[in-house]
Amino acid sequence: MNWRYVFSGLFFTIVAFFLVFAVILSPTFGLKDSDDNYIDRPMDQHIIDNTQGETGADNGVTAVVFDYRGFDTLGEATVLFTAVAGVIVLFRRLKK
Amino acid sequence: MSDAGMSKIVKTMSGVCFPFIVIFGLYVIIHGHLTPGGGFQGGAVVASACAMIMIAYGSVWTMKKIKEKHLSIFESIGALTFITTAFFGILLADGVFFDNFILGENGIGRLFANTASGSSDIWTAGVIPIMNIAVGLKVIAGLFAIVLVMAYATHKIKGGEMQ
Amino acid sequence: MMQTFYIPYLAVAGLIIIGLYAVLFKRNLIKMIIGITLIESGVNLYLITLSFREGSVAPIYTAETTANTVMSLPVPQALTLTSIVIGVAVLALMLSLVIHIFRHYGTLDVRKIREEDE
Repeated sequence: MNWRYVFSGLFFTIVAFFLVFAVILSPTFGLKDSDDNYIDRPMDQHIIDNTQGETGADNGVTAVVFDYRGFDTLGEATVLFTAVAGVIVLFRRLKK
Repeated sequence: MSDAGMSKIVKTMSGVCFPFIVIFGLYVIIHGHLTPGGGFQGGAVVASACAMIMIAYGSVWTMKKIKEKHLSIFESIGALTFITTAFFGILLADGVFFDNFILGENGIGRLFANTASGSSDIWTAGVIPIMNIAVGLKVIAGLFAIVLVMAYATHKIKGGEMQ
Repeated sequence: MMQTFYIPYLAVAGLIIIGLYAVLFKRNLIKMIIGITLIESGVNLYLITLSFREGSVAPIYTAETTANTVMSLPVPQALTLTSIVIGVAVLALMLSLVIHIFRHYGTLDVRKIREEDE
C-alpha cells in the first residue's frame, strides 16, 4: 500500500509540472502580439469573411458545426447514441 | 408505492410552466442559423423541461405514460434524417459527402434556398435547419431516456429494498 | 513574465490539479467521478480561452455589424460544444456502472472492493 502512494505522488508532481509549462507557453490571452496587432489566423479569418456567401447562415458557430465540419457532428451524434444504448442495456434486468 | 411524486402545489405549477419551456426550447432549435443556439442547446432545454415533469409526478407514473420504445423510435428518426441528408449530397449536386445542396441554383424546392444578409428571415441557409431539427430530436429523446430509465430502475418499493 | 494577463490559464491549471488530486487520493467512487468531471471542465475552459480576441464580439452577423467589426474565432467554440456533449455521455455511463457495483458489492469504498476481489 505504500508503493501506491509513492507512484501516485510522483505522477501528480509530473503532471503539475507540465501544467505550469502550459500556463507559460500558451498564446497571449486576447491574441495580440508585442506591437499591438492581432495574431494571424488564416483559416478562421476565411470562415468569418465568407460565411454568409457560402453557407447562407448568419451564425458563424452553427455554420462551422454543421457545414464546414459536419463530419465531426456525425461522430458526436454516434457517441450520444452509443451512450443512450449502453445505459438502457445496463438497466434492463433491474426492471423485471 | 413510496415514489408517488411531490405535493399538489408542485404538480400544478410544473404543469403550468411546462408548455412555455418547451416553446422556448423549440424556438432555440429552429432559429439555430440566425441567433445563438442550435440543435444541441435547444435539445438540452426541452430535455430539462421533461425531467422537471418526471421529478414532480414520479417516475412510475411517467413510465406508464411514455414507454421507452417510443423514445427510441424518436431518436432513430432523428439520426436517420441526419445521415440521409448527408448522403443526398453525393447523389445530387457535386458528388461530395455533406454538401449543402439546397442552397443557390440546385434547390430541391425553393425551400430554405436564400443566402442571409444582416437581418434575414428563417428561409435561408440551405440544409442547416433540417440538420438542426434532426439533431434536436435526437438529443431530446436521448437525454430524457437516460434520466427516465435510471430513475425507474432504482425506485424503491414498499419495504425499502430495490427491485 | 512574458504575458501580462493570464488568469484563465491559471484557472485551467487549478481545475486540472484539483480534479487529478480527487481521482488519485480519494477512496469513495462518487468523489472520483466528480474529479473526472472537474478535469473535463478544465479542458473545456482551455479550448474556449484560445478563441478570444481583444475587443471582439460573438461571430454572428446582425443588423449592426459592419465590414470591419472584430469577431472572435468560431472554430474552438465548435470543438468545445462537441467536448461538452461527449462529457455528458461518458458521465451517464460511469454513473450507471457505479450503481451496478454498489448492488453487487454493497459498498462504495475502493479499497474494500479491491480486497474482496483478491
